[in-house]
Parts: sequence; C-alpha cells; structure tokens
Amino acid sequence: MSPLARWARLVYEFSGMRSSESLVSGWGRQFVPGVELRPEDLHRAPRAPLFRGLGRSYGDSSLPPSSQPLVVSTVRADRILAFDEVTGMLRAEAGLSLKALNRTFLPKGFFVPVTPGTQFVTLGGMVAADVHGKNHHVDGCFGSHVRRLSIEVADGRIVECGPDLERELFLATVGGMGLTGHILEVEFPLSRIPTPWIYQESERVPDVDTYVRKLKEAAHEWPMTVGWIDCLSRGSSLGRGILLKGRWARGDEAPANFPTEWPDVRVPFTMPEAVLGRLSVQAFNFGLYWSHFAKQKSGIVDPFRYFYPLDFIKDWNLGYGRRGLTQYQCVLPDAAGPDAARRFLELLTSRGGASFLCVIKDCGPQSAALLSFPMPGISIALDIAVRDDTQQLIDALNEFVIAEGGRIYLAKDAFTRREHFERMEPRLAEFQRVRRVWDPTLRFKSRQSIRLFGDAP
Amino acid sequence: MKAVVLGATRGMGRALARKLAERGDSVAVLGRDSAELERSGADLRARGAPGIRVATIACDLEKPDGFKAALDAAEDALLGLDTVIVTAGLFATQEALEADPALLARVLTVDFSNTVLFCEEARKKLLGRGGGTLCVFSSVAGDRGRKPVVLYGAAKAGLSRYLEGLDHRYRGQGLKTVCVKPGFVRTGMTEGLKAPPFAGEPEAVADQVLTAIDLGLPEVYAPAMWGLVMGVIKGLPRFVMRRVGF
Repeated sequence: MSPLARWARLVYEFSGMRSSESLVSGWGRQFVPGVELRPEDLHRAPRAPLFRGLGRSYGDSSLPPSSQPLVVSTVRADRILAFDEVTGMLRAEAGLSLKALNRTFLPKGFFVPVTPGTQFVTLGGMVAADVHGKNHHVDGCFGSHVRRLSIEVADGRIVECGPDLERELFLATVGGMGLTGHILEVEFPLSRIPTPWIYQESERVPDVDTYVRKLKEAAHEWPMTVGWIDCLSRGSSLGRGILLKGRWARGDEAPANFPTEWPDVRVPFTMPEAVLGRLSVQAFNFGLYWSHFAKQKSGIVDPFRYFYPLDFIKDWNLGYGRRGLTQYQCVLPDAAGPDAARRFLELLTSRGGASFLCVIKDCGPQSAALLSFPMPGISIALDIAVRDDTQQLIDALNEFVIAEGGRIYLAKDAFTRREHFERMEPRLAEFQRVRRVWDPTLRFKSRQSIRLFGDAP
Repeated sequence: MKAVVLGATRGMGRALARKLAERGDSVAVLGRDSAELERSGADLRARGAPGIRVATIACDLEKPDGFKAALDAAEDALLGLDTVIVTAGLFATQEALEADPALLARVLTVDFSNTVLFCEEARKKLLGRGGGTLCVFSSVAGDRGRKPVVLYGAAKAGLSRYLEGLDHRYRGQGLKTVCVKPGFVRTGMTEGLKAPPFAGEPEAVADQVLTAIDLGLPEVYAPAMWGLVMGVIKGLPRFVMRRVGF
C-alpha cells in the first residue's frame, strides 16, 4: 500500500465512514459477512436465525451463520414496561442497556442484582450469557434473579417462562446464548442500595498462591471481590497482583453528591500490532502493579470506576490491532486445588502467552441454568491479541482446563474446538434435548453453535 | 413545559419524549396503536423525573377527525399545553411509491395534508392559550427536487413551506414554529436502508431539537452537518442535479 493510500485508509476509518453494512463482528473484532438489523418492534422483526444485543460477546456467539447472514439487534427495543418502586421489580424490553438502566435507576437508589464488567450490554444479552459479577460468591449469576422472560420460540409463539413457569425452557434460555428462541422481554427485581458509592479496600499481593488464598478468605466478609494479576512476572513473584474488595458505602461514609460518569475517550484508530508486543504488556503490568505502591489502601470510589473500569475508553478493542482480540475465560473448580491458578499461569507463560489484563475472580455455587458458566472455584480471564499461534495456545489451555475439571465461558470464546467443548460440558446433551423440544429443526443458531454444538452450517 | 408528542412511540419522537420527561417536562404521548402507547407511557413514567405527568392518547395521522379531540384530551391531562411536537410521518422509497399509487396517496396525505391539518388544530389551541411552540419534523428531502426522493420530498417540501409561513405569520403573536429537517437518522423508519455518511442517531438529534425548541429556532438541520450538505446541494445548478444520483 502506498503511503497516500495508507493515509486515506486511516482518515476513512477515523471518520467512521467505513461501511459496517455487510460485515458484523463481536467485541473481538473478527469480522464475518452479515447484516445487522435494528428494528424497534421485535414482534415484527424479520425472520432471523439469531438475536443479539450490543454485540459485546468477544467471539462468535452473536454472529449469524454464513448460510443466513442476518442478525437482529434488540438495541432499539429498549422500553421500560413496568417498575414497582416498592419491590424494585422491573420489566423491560430485551434491548434496554445496562447503561440506560443505571442512568435511570442509580439516582433512585436501585441497582441490578448482578452486573458484568461493562455497561454496554442489554438485558437480553445478560440473560443469554447468564452474566456474573464481582458478587458471584454471594448472589450468583444474573439469571438466578430473573422472574420472567418473554421468548419468541421457533414456531412463532411468544412464550412466558420463569423459574416456576415453563421451567425447562427458562433454564435452557438462561445462559443458552440465544439458541432457544428470541428473548423479547425480561423481568427481574432491582436491588435497593444505601448510596450509589462503593467502599473499597485494595491490597497488593506478592504472588498468585497468596492471591488466591486471600481471594477465598475475602469471600467470607466481602460481598464483592475481584482482582487483577500480572501474568508476565516470573519466579517467586509469578502472578503478583492487586486484590480489590468492595461493598456499597453507607450513608455516613459516602459523599452526598451523585457520582458523575467519566467523559468518553475514544481509541482513534486501530493500533499497529507492534504496540502490543511483550515489552509493552510488561511495562503496562509493571506500572499497574507499582501504581498501587502502598501495601493496602481503602476509600470511597464511584460505582462507574468500580464496576466498569474500561468503559470510559469507548473502543478499547481497537487497541488490539487489525486482527482483533479474544478473551480466554475459564473456571477452575475448587477440586483442582489451591495451586491450580499457578499451574495455569506457568502453562500460559511457557507457551509465550501475553495478556494485558488477567482477572481472577471467585465463583460460588453453580446455577440450575443448563449452560451457566460459573462453578465453585476461581475464574481466570485473559485478554489475548489474536496471532498466528492463538489457536494452539487456546488448545493447550483447554487441555489443561479439561484435565482440571473446569470449563470455558461461551460469551468470550472464539477458538475452542468442538471435541474440547464436549469434554468440558457434560450438561450439553440435556441442553440440546430441551432445545430440540422447542426448536426441532434447530432454526436458531449462531456461528458459535455451529462450531461448538455441531449445528448445520 | 407541557408537551404533546405525536409519534412518541417510535424513533426520534421516542428519544425526544424521553429527554423531555427526564428533565422534568410533562408529556402527552399521541399515537395510533393503543398497546404501543401503553408501553411508551410506562417507559416515560419509569424514566421521567418525579412529579411529571405522562398521558397516552390515541391519535392517528390518517384520521383528521380525531385531531382536535386528541389535543383537547392532552390539554386536560397535562393541565395545560405549551408545546406541540410532531415526529410522526410515513416513509417509503421512491421505487415503492412509484409502483403503488395507493401507498403514494397515503404518504402524500399523511405527510402533507393531514400533518398540516393537525398543525392547524395545534396552532389554534396554542394561540388560544397565548402562544407556545409548534415543532414539526419535516425532512432534508424537501429542500431540493432529488432523484431518490421525488415523491416523499414533494410532500416534505410542502410541509417545510407551510411551517416557514406559519412562523412568519404568527411568531409576533407568541407562536414559535420550529421546522426540523433530519438528514439520514438511524431509526426504525430507515431500517434496512444503506446509511450514507453523517448518518445520525435519534438521541443526538433529540438533543439538538430540544435546544432548538428552547431557543425557538425556526429551522434546524439534524445532524447539523446536513445543513452544510444541503447548503451545497441547494446551490447546485440544475444541469448538475440532473446528472448526479443524489
């Protein structure tokens, strides 16, 4: 490419003029041919194999099959249909985003019972991925709080379901990645919060074994825990990190004003891949670790920074270069032993894997939902820039996870092989059975269900 | 502010009604489908500032007989009325309109005659109350005779002229008219069409329109970039317009 053409391309990408009409992608920016429609009335939406929300799943969960390259986004179906100020019960169309929800209900003293790490998700997406948050060890996944779902099933009927109504369909839909039908409406209670602020204690931890021990200890006292580790440090400081523990602040310790959201920052264009080399990952992690110079800190933080630290950089996925990124997130069960995280990191570093951010969370009991991700243990999430050897790296990590009895999170996955998935997911057969009851011809499908569940392409 | 929004169940009307309710204005939602009205009413009540009034009133732009009653009902429900906003309208592509005379008659009637009839009722109502703001969504399609929007553009051209005249005639008596000319905005109405450069989002358009209503601006292009684009297009000689595709 000539320098002039290169500049023209840069200006073109920067101006937002690049056409997204014929390509769709997940958050990982691996584009496939497809059209995304955004109707306001989901009942009259064109017949499509798949609905999606804001497309924040990293891999191919929200991408339509190549044979029917059409996906319907629910984002314009975003009305709040009922809200009870006393019980907090909320019913809304599936496209309501968490960002809009927070903007409306945080000032009223309500918050979702479970939030993922970004506000750019829809209620329908939160159900389909059965998202979890920093409070999983206490409150479980989002789906365990849902009372009712309205779903358009394969024969065109609209079915209401919940934990006590069409339970089978409900349990397959929660965490079912949109494969049982199109989620139209979601009903669940919001939780009352004392203030919109968070009291947080954070602690610098010298290595991963200590980190996991302290994470599990903190679970007894703190409703929300999370932490970040440096997966490039080696030897005795392998997996050094920062553990964050939080709870909603009480009225007497929180500021009286309402927290303001940060202004948006945008990544102006796709980063050249050289920026993402091992050295910069190392520098970033070194900086993050030592920015927490004090061994322990505590104080009041605003909820946006606490729950959604990356949201204020709007297109941070562009930072991963032209080939995009993937996230590898797995859960390692308690039975794998307290040193499982260290062995996982040793495998990762021995394979030359470098991750900007490595987040380790505590997981509580498994939900009754058929494909819900968490199980008692720890969850490890890595952001990985896509390279030539990414497939081999994911294969190796999956072999490890299978041997330890763990599993991966479908909402993040783009590279897992079907045979690996089947070995880590004994619940798959039951899910497929329920799915076929409601959709005998498997009309609903995604690129991911073709890749992992063996659906016809 | 006590505002009627005809077309608030969808698109830009929905975004605009939400912004009004969120900042503390009372809103009467007018629309043709009662189930849709209920859903939008609930949405505005949940999102709106405490203490505002939200009313839902059936009104169909294809049934002019009901215009006066709907405005009266809105005035009663809101305990007054000072702003009338019309975002409702029909859109169809040039090809569809050329192929179907019945559809063409509907589009011309709804987008011009009936919208003017509704505005006339609103004008009388607002002038009777001592003035107010009438904000109507026309379109950039009416600014110039253009190949892709000959028929739709003709209806919108008539509407734009009407609104301009109305503003000149009655502003002195306290009735401000705001003519909104949206360019391509990504809503349910334009769903499935190929978006040109500078396509807007309904929320951003709603912000602009709200400012125009507050300031009483007679004309607003949204997104603002379309003002420039149309400025150029309006200046093009006919022999150029005949050759280009837009």
